[in-house]
Amino acid sequence: MTSRRWRGWVAIGAVVGLGLVLSFTLTERYHHRVLTLVFLWATMGLAWNIISGYAGQISFGHQAFFGIGAYVTVILAAKFHLTPWLGMLAGAGVAVLAAVLIGMPTFRLAGIYFGLATLAYPLIFRIVMEFLGYQEVAIPMVREQPGLFMQFSDPRHFDLLALAILAATLVLSRLVETSRLGYSLRAIKENEQAAEAMGVDSFRCKMIAYMLSAAPAAVVGAVYAHAILFVVTPDAVFGVLVIVQTLTVCLVGGAGTLWGPLIGAAIMIPVSEILDTTVGDRLPGIQGVVYGAALMAVMMYAPEGLYWRVRNTLLARRAASDEPIRPAPVPAAAGPAAATAPAAPGTVLMDVRGVSKAFLGLQALSDVSFDVREGEILGIIGPNGAGKTTLFNVLNGFLLPEGGDVRWLGKSITGLQPHVICRRGVGRTFQVMRLFPRLTVLENVMVGAFAHGGSPDHARARARTALEMVGLVGRADAVPTGLTTLELRLMELARCLVTSPKLLLLDEPLAGLSAEGVELMSAMIRRARASGATVAIIEHTIQALVKLADRLVVLDQGRRLAEGRPGDVTRNPAVIEAYLGKRWLARHGATHAEDLRA
Amino acid sequence: MVASELTQYVVTGLLVGGVYALMSIGLALIFGVMRVVNFAQGDFMMLGMYLTYYYAVGLGIDPLLGALFTIPPFFVIGLLVHRAFLARVTGGGDPNREMDAQLILTLGMSLIITNATTMILSPTPRGIRTAYATQAFAVGPLLLNQARSYAFAMALLLAAAVYVFLTRTDLGRALRAAADDPEAASYQAINVRAMHGVAFGVGIALVAAAGGLLATYYPIEPTVAVNFIVLMFVAVVLGGLGSIPGAFVGGIAIGLVQSLTLLVLPLQLQNVGVFVAFLVVLYVRPQGLFGRRARTV
Repeated sequence: MTSRRWRGWVAIGAVVGLGLVLSFTLTERYHHRVLTLVFLWATMGLAWNIISGYAGQISFGHQAFFGIGAYVTVILAAKFHLTPWLGMLAGAGVAVLAAVLIGMPTFRLAGIYFGLATLAYPLIFRIVMEFLGYQEVAIPMVREQPGLFMQFSDPRHFDLLALAILAATLVLSRLVETSRLGYSLRAIKENEQAAEAMGVDSFRCKMIAYMLSAAPAAVVGAVYAHAILFVVTPDAVFGVLVIVQTLTVCLVGGAGTLWGPLIGAAIMIPVSEILDTTVGDRLPGIQGVVYGAALMAVMMYAPEGLYWRVRNTLLARRAASDEPIRPAPVPAAAGPAAATAPAAPGTVLMDVRGVSKAFLGLQALSDVSFDVREGEILGIIGPNGAGKTTLFNVLNGFLLPEGGDVRWLGKSITGLQPHVICRRGVGRTFQVMRLFPRLTVLENVMVGAFAHGGSPDHARARARTALEMVGLVGRADAVPTGLTTLELRLMELARCLVTSPKLLLLDEPLAGLSAEGVELMSAMIRRARASGATVAIIEHTIQALVKLADRLVVLDQGRRLAEGRPGDVTRNPAVIEAYLGKRWLARHGATHAEDLRA
Repeated sequence: MVASELTQYVVTGLLVGGVYALMSIGLALIFGVMRVVNFAQGDFMMLGMYLTYYYAVGLGIDPLLGALFTIPPFFVIGLLVHRAFLARVTGGGDPNREMDAQLILTLGMSLIITNATTMILSPTPRGIRTAYATQAFAVGPLLLNQARSYAFAMALLLAAAVYVFLTRTDLGRALRAAADDPEAASYQAINVRAMHGVAFGVGIALVAAAGGLLATYYPIEPTVAVNFIVLMFVAVVLGGLGSIPGAFVGGIAIGLVQSLTLLVLPLQLQNVGVFVAFLVVLYVRPQGLFGRRARTV
C-alpha cells in the first residue's frame, strides 16, 4: 500500500526531472519552443481533466478560463504596468470567480446539456472582447526589467516556467485523485444518482472541481500569451483551436488520469508543430487536420485513450497468468440472528404522511401513509407498478412528492437533497443495481464510507470491514462487472451499511438470487437489524418476506391497501384479491402463511 | 414609423429564421434518432454552399435549384460517413463509455472538413451572383430582400416535405419509431442501425440544402461553419433536443432574436443576444420548448 502511494509521487518527480534534462540539453530555439508548448498543453489538458476527466462533466468551453488568464494578465500589464507574475494570479482569481458564476447555473444541467451550455461562454467572451476594443492587445515591451515582465530572451526560461506550472498541476491532480474529492468525482461520473444516495454532495463536488480546473487553465493562458503569442487576440485565446488542442491532448492520452494529458501532449504537440513548420506554409490548415484525424482515430481504435489501452492490456496479461479469484467464503450462519422482532414496537423513526406523486397523469402514489418503527423489519409488497420504487425515491429524496410529507426523527425531510437524507441516516440500495462500474469493489464501498467524512485511509479501513462483514473481502480489488448477482447485491448492501444508516431502504435485495442466496442475504439483513439498524424492504418474493418481515405494508396502484403483521395481511381479502390472487388462497389456505413464518 | 421599423426587423428575422429552421431540422433529426450531437453539421452546410456555388459557376444552375440538387449527393455522403465511421463506434449516450465516441468523432470530422477545405479551396470568400440577390420586394412600407424571400419559401417547402416524409411514408414512420424506442422498433423488424444511417443521410442532406439556400445571400468560405453550428445548437436546444417541430420553431426564433437584438445592441453584439437566450432557455427549461422531461430512476 505504502509503496503504491509513493510510486505516484516518484513518477511525477521523474517526469519533472526528464523535463529539466530536456530544458537544459536542447540547444535549438525551435526545439525549446516545442518543449514549452508540450508543457503548456499538457498542463491545459490536466486542468480540463479535473472537471471533465475525473468528474465526467465535459466542458467544451474551457478556453473561457484560458482566455481570461491571458487577457487579465496582459491588460493589467498594459494599463497598470502590473507584473505578469502577479497579473497571472489575478487572472487565476478572475477565472475561479468566473467558474463559480458559470458553474452555479450550468451544473443544474446534466450530460450533454452541460457540455452544450459551456460552448456559449467563450463565444460570448470573444464577442464582448471584440466589442470592448480588445481585438489586439500587445504585451508592452519592458526592456529594463525583462524578468519582472516575463520577457525572457533565453527560451530555456520559458521551458522552466512552463515546467513549473506543469509540475504544480500534476501535484494538484495527484492530490485530487487520492483525496475524498477524487473518489466522489469518480463516483459522480460513474453514476451521479447512486453517488448522491451514498451521501456525495454532487453539486458541491462539481463546483470545487470546476474551480480547481479553472485556475491552472488561466495560468496557462497567461504564460502562453508571454511565451508564444505576444499579441493577445480573441481568436487566439477564446478560439476553437484552444479547446481542440486541450481535448485532443486529453483524449488521445486518456482522460481521468494525470498521465493521459502528459502522454497526449508529448505525442500530439511535436507532431503538429513539425507539420506546421514543414508544410504549414503550403497547407495552412494542417494542424486542424492533424488534430481532427487524431480525434477520429483515437475514437475508432482506442476510445479510452492510450494510457488506459496500454494499462488494460498489461493488466489483462498479468491477470491471465494469475490464479483465478476465489469466490468469497460464505460467512458462518447468521450469527446472533435475532429472528424474533423486538418485544415492544420501537419509537417511530420515519413517518410517511399522505404522500402523492404523479408522472404525466399517471398517479404513481396517492395519499400513502405509514410509519417505520425503530428496530423492525418492515416489508413493502405490491404487484408490478404498485409504486414501490417510486415510494423509495420519494423517501430518499430522488423525487419530490406533490403532496404529503416525510418526517424523519420528528423533522420533515421532504424536499431535501438525497445526500443530505443519506447523511442523516437513511441508506438505500437499488432494484436495478447502481454500481460505479469502473471503481473496484473496495472503492465502490469507500464512496459510501465517505458519507461521514474522514480521510481516504479511514474510509478504506471502514470499507474493508464492511466487505468482511458481508463476506466479500476476497473480491475487494475486482471490478464489479465480473461479479455475480449475489456478490453485487452484497456489495450494494456493504456500500449502504458503511454510510452508518439508522434505516436501510432495500429495493428488492432478494431479486434474482438462488435459494442459498436468499438465505444468505436474509441472514445479512437480520444481522444488520441485530446490530441496531431498522430495515424497510421492497420485495416481490412474498415467501421470503413473510419469514423476514415483522410487519407488512401492501401497496396497490399507488394506494396503501393494507398494513399489519404478515399473518394478518396475507389473510386480508383485499390483499389476496389484488396481489396473491384467489388461486393462492385456494391452494395454500390462509393459515399457511402462519406456517411459512414458523 | 417605429412600428414599421419593428415590423421590418421582425420580417427580416422571419426570413432568415426559415433557413435556420431547415438546417436545425437536420440536426434535430440526427439527434432524435441517433442521440448524437453532430458537431460536423455546420461543415456539411458549408460543403452544401460550395456545391451550390460550383453548380452555379460550372453548370449555370440557379442556386435556388442547385440547393435542391445538393440533396441526393449529400444523402449518399451521409450514408457512407455513417457506415464508415459512426456505425463503428459506440454512441447514443451509452453511460458505460469513457466518452461519447460518436460525438468526438463528429468533432474530429468537423476539424478535418473545415481545414481541408481551406487547404484545397483557399480561404478566400466567394459569392454567387444572382439578379435577385440585390433586389427587394416592396410590401407596403416593408422591403423584403428577394434572395432571402425565395430562400425562405424554399426552406418552408423543404421543411413541409420532411414533415410529409416523416408522417406519411413507411420509411419516415420507421425512422420515428427508431427514434422513440429503438428496442421496441427492432422487435417490429425495423433495422435500427440502418435507420441511423438514413437519419444521418437525411440530416446532412437537409443542412446542405439549407447551405445552398443561404449561399444566395451569404458569403461562402471554409470557416463559415463555426458561426452557424452554434446557431443550430441553440435552435435545437430551444425546441427541445431531438424534437423536429421544436427545431423548426427554434430556428425561426433564433432568426427573430438575432434580428431584434439589433434594435437594442450594436451589430457586433448581434449573436450575444442569441447566446444569452440560449443560456436562459437552458436554465429555465432544459428540456426545451417542445421537449418532454424524461427521468428514470
